[in-house]
Amino acid sequence: MSAGTLSAFERSLRRLDVESIRTTPEELDDALASVTLDPVVGAPLPFADCSLPDWVPTDPTPAELDSAKTGVTAAELAIADYGSVVIRATPDATEQVSLFCDRHVAVVRAEDVVPGMPEAFERFAEWTENGDSAIVATGPSATADMGALVKGAHGPKEVYVVVLE
Amino acid sequence: MSSTREEKAARIRHFLATEGDAVAEGTRGFNAGRYDSVEKLDEYEELKERARAIKEDAIERLPELVDQLRESVEANGGTLYVADDADEANRYIREIAEEQGAETLVKSKSMTTEELEVNDELRAAGVDVVETDLGEWVLQLADEAPSHIVAPAIHKSREGIAELFEATFELDEPLETAEELTMFAREKLGERIAEADVGMTGANFIAADSGTLLLVTSEGNARKSVVVPETHVAVAGVEKIVPSVRDFQPFVELIGRSGTGQDITSYVSLLTPPVDSPTVDFDAPDVPMTDRETERDGGSVPSRASDREFHLVLVDNGRMAMREDEQLKETLYCIRCSACANSCGNFQSVGGHVFGGETYSGGIATGWEAGIEGLDVAAEFNDLCTGCSRCVNACPVKIDVPWINTVVRDRLNRGEDGKLDFLVEGLTPDAEPGGLDIGKRFFGNFSTIAKLGSATAPVSNWLAGTRPARRLLAETVGVDPRRDLPSFRRETFRTWFERRGGSEVPPARARREAVVYPDLYTNHVHVERGKAAVKTLEALDVHVVVPDVPSSGRAPLSQGMVSTAERHAHDVYAALAEHIDADRDLVVVEPSDLAMFRREYEKFLAPKSFERLDMHSYEVMEYVYGLLHAGAEPTLLSGADDPGSGDVAAGVAYHSHCQQRTLGLESYTIAVLEDLGYDVVTSETECCGMAGSFGYKSEYYELSMDVGEPIREQFEAADAADRTVVASGTSCLEQLDALLSRPTQHPVELVAPR
Ligand code: SF4
Repeated sequence: MSAGTLSAFERSLRRLDVESIRTTPEELDDALASVTLDPVVGAPLPFADCSLPDWVPTDPTPAELDSAKTGVTAAELAIADYGSVVIRATPDATEQVSLFCDRHVAVVRAEDVVPGMPEAFERFAEWTENGDSAIVATGPSATADMGALVKGAHGPKEVYVVVLE
Repeated sequence: MSSTREEKAARIRHFLATEGDAVAEGTRGFNAGRYDSVEKLDEYEELKERARAIKEDAIERLPELVDQLRESVEANGGTLYVADDADEANRYIREIAEEQGAETLVKSKSMTTEELEVNDELRAAGVDVVETDLGEWVLQLADEAPSHIVAPAIHKSREGIAELFEATFELDEPLETAEELTMFAREKLGERIAEADVGMTGANFIAADSGTLLLVTSEGNARKSVVVPETHVAVAGVEKIVPSVRDFQPFVELIGRSGTGQDITSYVSLLTPPVDSPTVDFDAPDVPMTDRETERDGGSVPSRASDREFHLVLVDNGRMAMREDEQLKETLYCIRCSACANSCGNFQSVGGHVFGGETYSGGIATGWEAGIEGLDVAAEFNDLCTGCSRCVNACPVKIDVPWINTVVRDRLNRGEDGKLDFLVEGLTPDAEPGGLDIGKRFFGNFSTIAKLGSATAPVSNWLAGTRPARRLLAETVGVDPRRDLPSFRRETFRTWFERRGGSEVPPARARREAVVYPDLYTNHVHVERGKAAVKTLEALDVHVVVPDVPSSGRAPLSQGMVSTAERHAHDVYAALAEHIDADRDLVVVEPSDLAMFRREYEKFLAPKSFERLDMHSYEVMEYVYGLLHAGAEPTLLSGADDPGSGDVAAGVAYHSHCQQRTLGLESYTIAVLEDLGYDVVTSETECCGMAGSFGYKSEYYELSMDVGEPIREQFEAADAADRTVVASGTSCLEQLDALLSRPTQHPVELVAPR
């Protein structure tokens, strides 16, 4: 990933009204503290060099999922051109945590930001060949069905992206 | 007006009044968004090419891909069922629901399930079916059908939805803002999703090699419907299969842009079901979702995901037969993006409750309905396609939507049997079946009428203006009495040209030689623009000939009289071949005829003949542009500040022409006018609403005027009200004459030496 790709990603996020912060694995705790509202739930990060802080409980019950304000998950891929984060459907409920809370915080490693769809599809093809599923999420959920654009139709109203350098 | 015409007019009037404004705002917004979004995409044309190629290949290999998909789905632990028709699909889906003991089934929006009417089947079996797409849910509460394939409730206003909620839920406090309405719906639907036993979705695409579904949504309801209940049923037309996940890529980039003008929708799900996410059991709210250890595939999976069941129901319902139908086959390439509907002038005015069949709506709906429901369903709204072709460039898989409409129209014509009508028979020397609607034959044989009209002018004009004659025309062929008829000229363009002794530029000192094509309207009605074209070309040292060439066949084609149109194509080519051999350029004034030569003739002529005609034909202003850029002297033409320009204002309001714009020719006229010092504003509408004979027909007169409304507003606004109005097409000129109180002319009349 080139520096250009990362800044293109950040530009796309700004266009979508999605706030992003750059941080390091060491500083992740603080970064997350600045963008989460309690109660918070999470899904474990599949990254070798860092994990979620203790104050982000994982493995939620349906009740906890329902009442949480913030869901923190990994995004194992991001697409600079579109400002999309890619959520994988994992047995530890990454998809639900990213979907049910009003605020979704996606943690992305800088090296997982690819320039565009063609590159992203190379990864998707590998994943789906192994029977996996993934969601390309771009900005918050939205609808215009009620006469004007409203964020948070069924999914999150706000999205934050934390980029790990 | 006959009673069926009156009924149709009344129906259109009703929908114009009740839904027109909401539909217009929504579709025009989507359409404008599409222009903006595709403009930002560097590889737009290339993506369209690839999308088209993928669909061509997939439909070609469909039976083989179905087999491959079955293997993939089964290897993943799901089942695949191919249903021949709606009954089979519905029975299968009902049985799944019954096996699951399902009380509640939540659905994500799917046009295919609308086609099946699966909700009725499930409800009869005691299953509570809940639509979770907000728009679709609103329609479910209102007991209405979708009016748009992407935005099903586009015809509903915010106020209408607020009233509906208030009436349905007996609310204490009325909901007002879109935000309040949305949050109310989210909460209600959240409860229903939480208790659901089965989730049902459609699929935008399916990859044969991995069994992966692509789902495009914005709200997140499809994600929840898939992830919460244990059982997922996906229902899709069999044409949705593509070979592999990599083939999804161009569609992911095109579908949102084409439909609603979004670069990408909020969520694009690539699901390889059964998905690995655990189920969410709200009946056991305090048991962690990942609590259970289950044996699966010999290993232990710490998840409820292993409880999941997945069924893919592929629906044939006429599609495999469409595949064998050379003309309807292209319909199967459609990705249901709605661009053809949003870019359609008529759809923008009335929406899918008029411009739609039992399920599908918009331009391509005729193809779908003809293939799925049959010709009689397609017949009901096929007429609303005016063949303007504005959808052609909008379609991300490059389907020639108007051609499909023409083919269906032709089949409808041929399917009817009836007796010949003596009155029209004399005017209709065509090869069409006797039962063909008399109005269609009248308009389809307009060349005969035009000849007769000029031969008897001015008597014919005077006669056409009399009340008894107007009534006769209205009753027999349905010409609306409010519409002015073309006024035929005694001296045709060709007789004028012959009388003056041919071209004033002898071949010996000419820069080029050109045939000015004497189309029907230029020859018989708008003679002035023909004269202006000749004088303009001559001023730029072109030797002009105006030979006797038959009419292009546009009129019969737009009535669906394909074989008559084809005969015209051969006759036109025969009459022009020698001129082309002599290296003369073919200059066409009427854009709809140029579009015939450049687009539809490809279906009629031998490939070489088509290519030669195509290569040699030019729109008149395109040709002038070419001459000027090859060094011709612009001062020989009339410019904005020429003495003698009289009451012609230097400011010009220009409406190109739908087919001319589809061919990408609008810019030449603008460039020539600007080079000559005119200040040009252009119309922003897709269509003026007239499109050939459409606006003449009494049942469509009001619709045609409504479609023209935005252009009237634009050209009457303060910054355009004093401008000289010019338009390229005959029907546009006639429509603008009806809409505006100032005179109109063809742009070549502005630049011709005065
Ligand atoms: S025909 Fe083309 S433009 Fe129309 S819905 Fe289908 S894919 Fe979209």
